[in-house]
Amino acid sequence: MGDDLTRLTASALADKLAAGEVSSVEATSAHLDRIAEIDGGVHAFLHIAGDAALKRASEVDQLRADGHDVGPLGGVPIAIKDVLCTYDMPSTAASRILEGWIPPYDATVVARLRSANLIPLGKTNMDEFAMGSSTEYSAYGPTRNPWDLDRIPGGSGGGSAAAVASFEAPFALGSDTGGSIRQPAAVTGTVGVKPTYGGVSRYGAIALASSLDQVGPVSRTVLDAALLHDIIGGHDPRDSTSLDQLWPSFADAARAGAENLALSGVRIGVVKELGGAGFQAGVTQRFTETLRLLEQAGAEIVEVSAPHFEYAIAAYYLILPAEASSNLARFDSVRFGLRVTPEGGGTVEQVMAATREAGFGPEVKRRIILGTYALSAGYYDAYYGSAQKVRTLIQRDFDAAFEQVDLLLSPSAPTTAFKFGEKTADPLSMYLNDITTIPANLAGVPGMGLPIGLAPEDGLPVGLQIMAPAREDARLYRFGATLEALLEDAWGHPLLDLLPTVPHSYEPKPVGRVPAHLAPQPGAGTEPDGGAL
Amino acid sequence: MAAEKLLDFDVALEKFEPVLGFEVHIELGTVTKMFSPAPNPAAFGAESGAQSAAPNTLIATVDLGLPGSLPVVNEQAVRYSISLGLALGCSIAATSRFARKNYFYPDLAKNYQISQSDEPIAFEGEVEVELDDGTVFTVPIERAHMEEDAGKLTHMGGSTGRIQGAEYSLVDYNRAGVPLVEIVTKPIYGAEKRAPELARAYVATIRDIVRSLGVSEARMERGNLRCDANVSLRPRGQEKLGTRTETKNVNSLRSVERAVRYEIQRQAAILDAGGSILQETRHWHEDTGVTSPGRVKSDADDYRYFPEPDLVPIVPSRELVAELRAALPESPAAFRRRLKAEYGFTDSEFQDLVNANLLVELGQTVSAGAAPAQARKWWLGEILRIANSRGVEAGTLISPFDVSELIALVESGELTDRLARQVLEGVIAGEGTPDEVVKARGLAVVSDDTALIAAIDEALAAQPDVLDKIRDGKVQAAGAVIGAVMKAMKGTADAARVRELILERAQA
Repeated sequence: MGDDLTRLTASALADKLAAGEVSSVEATSAHLDRIAEIDGGVHAFLHIAGDAALKRASEVDQLRADGHDVGPLGGVPIAIKDVLCTYDMPSTAASRILEGWIPPYDATVVARLRSANLIPLGKTNMDEFAMGSSTEYSAYGPTRNPWDLDRIPGGSGGGSAAAVASFEAPFALGSDTGGSIRQPAAVTGTVGVKPTYGGVSRYGAIALASSLDQVGPVSRTVLDAALLHDIIGGHDPRDSTSLDQLWPSFADAARAGAENLALSGVRIGVVKELGGAGFQAGVTQRFTETLRLLEQAGAEIVEVSAPHFEYAIAAYYLILPAEASSNLARFDSVRFGLRVTPEGGGTVEQVMAATREAGFGPEVKRRIILGTYALSAGYYDAYYGSAQKVRTLIQRDFDAAFEQVDLLLSPSAPTTAFKFGEKTADPLSMYLNDITTIPANLAGVPGMGLPIGLAPEDGLPVGLQIMAPAREDARLYRFGATLEALLEDAWGHPLLDLLPTVPHSYEPKPVGRVPAHLAPQPGAGTEPDGGAL
Repeated sequence: MAAEKLLDFDVALEKFEPVLGFEVHIELGTVTKMFSPAPNPAAFGAESGAQSAAPNTLIATVDLGLPGSLPVVNEQAVRYSISLGLALGCSIAATSRFARKNYFYPDLAKNYQISQSDEPIAFEGEVEVELDDGTVFTVPIERAHMEEDAGKLTHMGGSTGRIQGAEYSLVDYNRAGVPLVEIVTKPIYGAEKRAPELARAYVATIRDIVRSLGVSEARMERGNLRCDANVSLRPRGQEKLGTRTETKNVNSLRSVERAVRYEIQRQAAILDAGGSILQETRHWHEDTGVTSPGRVKSDADDYRYFPEPDLVPIVPSRELVAELRAALPESPAAFRRRLKAEYGFTDSEFQDLVNANLLVELGQTVSAGAAPAQARKWWLGEILRIANSRGVEAGTLISPFDVSELIALVESGELTDRLARQVLEGVIAGEGTPDEVVKARGLAVVSDDTALIAAIDEALAAQPDVLDKIRDGKVQAAGAVIGAVMKAMKGTADAARVRELILERAQA
C-alpha cells in the first residue's frame, strides 16, 4: 500500500484524498516510511518532521471530514529545501554556522504551503548556502543520486530533486540562483521551474544573491509543478522585488497543454551558444531527438544566436559572489547561529573571525573572498560594474531572441550526473557546469527543466531546458505539459518508471571514491524529531 | 583629557582661513522604522513609551538581520525626506537608489548599512542662515540622503565606557533601523571669525526647518538631530584646502559653537608651529570643552558600496513632489521676520522666544486664534517654568492648540488666571484638552451672581466694618472679603466680579 501511494503524483494523490480513498495520515505515513527505508543511502533530508507531519496530516483529515474546503492539494506531503525558513524546523542552509537554528518565522512560500494545507515532511539537503552544483558542499554530507548512489544529484538543490526522484516526496520546494532547481532536475529525471524573477516571494529564503535568487517548484510532472507554483506565487508586500500583478493559473495552462498536443504555429528557438562542443554526446542526441518530436507535432524550429551568453558565467561569478559576500556578512555570532570563541577569549572581532573560519565551508569562503575583492575600491568598475553591463547585454540577447521565437530551448546541463569528487578539485569546471542555466537568472526570465530520456552511453537522465520571456511562465507550463505528454506517449510510461531499485544504504564502491571530506560525519545529517521513524 | 595647545582665536583668524562643513543626521518621526514594521523609538510623542522601551523590544526580523529577512521602504519616510529636501532648496532625484555600505560592527545587525551613495534622493540646495545680528549667510547643501540608524552599544566593565578596556558590551537594536536623513553641506567659505557662530546658527536653522516641517522632534539631547562638524584651516592666500577633522558627539547648539572654535584654535596652534593636521574623527567633550582624537579616517576607507539588490529604485511621481512642495510651510527665516513684524514684539521680547526655542509654538498658538501677547505670556511664563523645573523642553509639554484654547477660556472669563494654571497642569498631566480638564475638575468660574452674592453676604457678616471702610474711600479693604469669598468658593469665583459686587454693595 505504502509503495503505491508514494508512486502517485501530487495531483493524483490529491484526487484520491478528495475522493476519500486515502487519508492524509496514510499518505504522509507512506512517504515517511519510504524516507526511513532509503534515506540512509540517498540522504536527501537534513531534518525529518515525522511527528509534526503526522499531526498536521490528521488535522487536515479532520478538517476535510468536518466539511471544510482544504484546497486542491490539501493533505498532500511536500519536502522543503533547507534554505527556506520554517518556524518549527531547523533552517541551516546546510551550513555549520546555522546548525540547529530555528527561525522565529516562516518564509512566505512556506506560510502559503501551510495555509494550502500541504504537509511538510522535512528539510532537504543542499550545497552550503546554495553554492554548488552537486551537494558535495553540504556541511552535513552529500546527497546521492537515486539513479546511481555514486553520482551527484545536482546542486544546489540536490536534496529536493533526489527526494522527489526517489519517491520520498511527491514534490518539493527549491531555490534557483544559477540553476539550482533546473540542473538537479536534469540529472535526476525530474521537473523543476525557476519562475520569473519577482514571481515568487524571497521573504524567508536565506539569501545567496538577492538579484538572482528565486524560489520554485520541484516535481515529477509539469502539472504538479504548476499546482505548486499557483500556491507559492504572487505578490508579497514583504519582498520589494516581488512583482505586483495577477498571474494566470499555471495549472490551467498545464492542463491545456496536456489536452491539446498540436504545436502548429509555435516558434521555437534553439540557442546556438548553449550546445555543441563540450556537451556529452548522449545529451546532444536526446536533445536533437526531442527537437524532431516537436517538429512532428507542428512546431517551427529555428536556430537563434545569443552572442553575449559566452560571458554569462564570468559575469555571474562576479555578481553572485559580490552580493553573497554582503548577504553572508550577518553570520557573525552576535545574534544567532554558531559562536566560536578563541581559546582564552577574544575581542568581538576575533570571535567573529573564529566563528566564520569554523562555520563556513571552503566554497563559501572562496566566494566571499571573490565577492569582497570584486567590490573593492579600484576594482568595482572593472569587475562588478562590467559584470552588470554584461548582464544588460544578456537581457538584450533574450529580448532579440524573443522577437523571433516564443520559447528558447537548450539542454538543461552539458552532461548527465557526474561522479562524486570529479569536479571538487577544480572549482572552475564545477562553475562551467552551470553554463546553460545561468543566463535565465541574469535576465530574470523563467526557465523549466524536464526529462527527455536517458543518455545511451550511461543510462542516466537527460534534461531539457525551456525558457520564456519574463512574466510568461504560463507559456512554459503549457508547452512543457505538451512535450511531456508527447514524450510519455512515445515511451509508453513516465521516465521515472525506469528508476532502478534504490538501495537502502550506501556502500562505497570501490572504497575511497568519495573523498574523505565528503563522507558523512558522525553526529551530522538526518535528525528525526520523534518516534515516527 | 589633557587640553592641547591652542592659538588665540583672533590670531588664528589673522593667519588662517577656516573652512567648515557639516553632516547633520535627522531621525525622522515616522511611526515605524525605515525598513521594518517595528515601532520607531524616534516617533513623534514616543518619549513616554518607545524611547524608554526595554532593550531589544522594538525590533522585527530585519532589525536583527535574521537570515531570510528583507527590507521594505517606509513610504512616510520617503515623503518626509522629499519634504526636507525641498525645504533645503534641493532638487529631488527622479530616480534614487539605496546602496549597501559594508563594514563589520556589532551594532550593525546585517554588517552593512542600507544608505544612499551616488544616487541620493535630494541634491544641490542652499539654506539661508540668520546670524545673531540679522546678517543672512547662505550655506550650500550638497545632498540629503536616506539611511538607517545602527543599534546602540554599551561597554561594560571598563573605566571609560569606551570599547577599549571593556570586559563585554551590551547591544540594543531598538535604534537599529530608525529612519535618518543625512544632510551634507558643501565646503563653507567666508564665515571667518563668525565661523563658530555660523556653525551654531546653521544647526539651529536645520532644527527649525525640520520642526516646522513636522518630520522630526529634532531634539538634540535625545539624538534626534546629530551634528558632525568638519573644520579645516588654510593659510591666508592658499588655494588648496587644508586637512580636515570631523568632530562628533556635539549634542547642543552651544557645543557646536564651542567645538568649532576649539578646533580652529587647536589646528591653528599645530599649523603655526609647523606641524600638520591628522585627518581623523574627534570627539567633543562637553564637560571639559575640548576635542580628543578618535579613529584615524583615511579616504581609503573601503565600504564596498553597491546598489541594494533587495530594494527597487525610488521614483517619486511629479505629482507627489508637487504636492509636497505646495504643502511646505514658510521657511523659519521668513517666519521669524514675519513674527517679529506682525506681532509687534520688541527685540528683547523676540530674543527671549528664540532663546527658549518657542518660536514655532508661538506661531502655531497665534494661528490657532490667541493674541500674540497672551501666547507669549503663557509660553514664556507658566509653561516654561514647568518645563525648566522638569528639565524638558517647553514645546513637548503641551500643544499650541491647547494653549490657544486655554487663553480663549481666560479671555471669555470662564477661567481666572489662577484656575487656568490648574487647567494647564491638568492638560500637561494628560487629562485631556483644556475644556475637558475644566469639566472633569469642575474648575469653571462661577458666573452665577447669586452664588457669589450669598458668599459675599456670608463674608460681610464676619467682617461687618468692611463696607464702611470702602465708603470712607479705603477700597483696598475689599481685599479681605474677596479673599474670604475666593476661599469659600474654592477658587472658582472670578475675583474681578466679586470685587465689582462688593463695590456695588457699598454704594447701594
